[in-house]
Amino acid sequence: MRTVAVVGASLAGLSAARSLRKQGYDGRLVVIGDEPHRPYDRPPLSKEFLAGGIGEADLALETDGEDLRAEWLLGARATGLDRTRRAVRLADGGEIRADGLVIATGAAARQLPGSDGLAGVHVLRTLDDARALRDDLARGGRLVVIGGGFVGAEVASTACALGLEVTVVEAAPTPLAGPLGQAMGGIVSALHLDHGVRLLCGVGVKGLGGERKVDAVLLEDGRSIPADIVVVGVGARPCVDWLEGSGVILENGVKCGADGRTSLAGVVAVGDCASWYDPRAGHHRRVEHWTGAQERPAAAVATLLAGGAVEPGVPRPPYFWSDQYGVKIQFAGHAADADSVTVEEGAPDDRNVLAVYRRAGRPVAVLGMNQPRLFTRWRKQLAAAS
Amino acid sequence: MMIPACRLADLPRGEALRLDIDPPVSVFHTDDGELFAIDDTCTHQDASLADGWLEGCEVECPLHASKFDLRTGAVDAPPAKLPVRTHDVLIEDGMIYVRVSTDAPNLPPCVAARLAGGPA
Ligand SMILES: Cc1cc2nc3c(=O)[nH]c(=O)nc-3n(C[C@H](O)[C@H](O)[C@H](O)COP(=O)(O)OP(=O)(O)OC[C@H]3O[C@@H](n4cnc5c(N)ncnc54)[C@H](O)[C@@H]3O)c2cc1C
Ligand code: FES
Repeated sequence: MRTVAVVGASLAGLSAARSLRKQGYDGRLVVIGDEPHRPYDRPPLSKEFLAGGIGEADLALETDGEDLRAEWLLGARATGLDRTRRAVRLADGGEIRADGLVIATGAAARQLPGSDGLAGVHVLRTLDDARALRDDLARGGRLVVIGGGFVGAEVASTACALGLEVTVVEAAPTPLAGPLGQAMGGIVSALHLDHGVRLLCGVGVKGLGGERKVDAVLLEDGRSIPADIVVVGVGARPCVDWLEGSGVILENGVKCGADGRTSLAGVVAVGDCASWYDPRAGHHRRVEHWTGAQERPAAAVATLLAGGAVEPGVPRPPYFWSDQYGVKIQFAGHAADADSVTVEEGAPDDRNVLAVYRRAGRPVAVLGMNQPRLFTRWRKQLAAAS
Repeated sequence: MMIPACRLADLPRGEALRLDIDPPVSVFHTDDGELFAIDDTCTHQDASLADGWLEGCEVECPLHASKFDLRTGAVDAPPAKLPVRTHDVLIEDGMIYVRVSTDAPNLPPCVAARLAGGPA
């Protein structure tokens, strides 16, 4: 292999580039990213960075003096993949020909239809999003967060600490019921109420009020919630449009095997854009967590370099963390697989729990709130059990 | 500075013991029976590495999964970027002692500020 192109210059792309060098790839390495920035870390964008505790330099993912001998094409968007010529087409009309390709284009925040051009309305995915939101939050006022998922909840928590008046609107009856299940979703999202943040559940958003600047969030039940700032936190969609028609099979992101291989030889996919086959579950899953985007590229790169001749190891159960209202939330496994969940340690009322999810008596997931030590034990056990 | 940690018999393999000195130091007893001491606080944020996932000669931070090499203190991957200090471990009459390094520790900004008496 003489040239490998990595498309997407964020966590998964950087991790793939590092793995390539670490695994002995010595050829030309081109990293293509549409943001103008060097790889930076996203989790702090809703936490310390948004709160003003750390600056942009602290977000850098590369270490000082790190040199991957890569050509970095930043501010360059991939618009297509020509499988026969093995070329990545770029928005500026150029192209990069490569024998090996790593797809790491991640996900983009979902927007609310009709919010275009309305000042005070934000999504939060990129550094530029975070800068704009941070500047708006600094002016204070009433914040309405649409969506009670992890990013929405973290923004609410950060804004609450900054002294804003915060309301969270969630369409489902219980926030976080998807990732955590009803019971634990209820316990974790009660953190909002503990801190005086208003939580409105089971009601959809009809639209936004205001002329040039947002002044209200209009609910489907007819209520209108006054707002100076609105954050839309309704999830993300995989950035795979550029692969339409390329022969790479797309199904909720790039469909790939347990080793990251896609439907095209010499092409692997990693990170938030990739729907990996999960051998434990027997189906594909797209997991949008930091740790997977960081760890899995090693396996995908091994596949790429070996031409698919390596046996994939069984990956560890997916893991993510969140920090809300000073509580460290950790989760590993899949809540949806469980038929029971029990609190093994701590008290839900104190927002301090270690809960184990089981299916037919076997642990399939674990949740910790301020329980890092026990959580690690269970996480280890979960990985060993599967 | 030599600090008594605990009796060797009281620290089973696969376990870690945190010494509450400032900054805290942890002693790890690996599954292979080796003993190592490193700074307990992750260099990324305020996490105790003694709460982490010990495997071979590496401990994985309990929060964001950067791994530190117990022998060298080196870190493998982000989000942590700086190594932790390593300390000498001695065993005398069945007691574990730690000789604390005189190097400057690589504490995460939030913890460094707290130790300096500034805002947490
Ligand atoms: C605000 C926020 C907070 C988070 N907090 C946590 C947390 O606490 N814990 C946790 O586990 N996870 C968290 N996450 C999730 C975590 O950040 C992601 O899982 C991770 O960033 C995925 O990395 P990635 O490289 O796959 O994708 P991304 O980080 O999305 O990077 C993809 C990159 O590809 C670029 N790109 C897209 N399309 C193209 C194209 N056509 N051409 C060129 N470049 C392209 C994008 O601009 C982007 O830079 C958080 C995410 C956000 C947004
Ligand atoms: S606190 Fe250790 S990796 Fe983040």
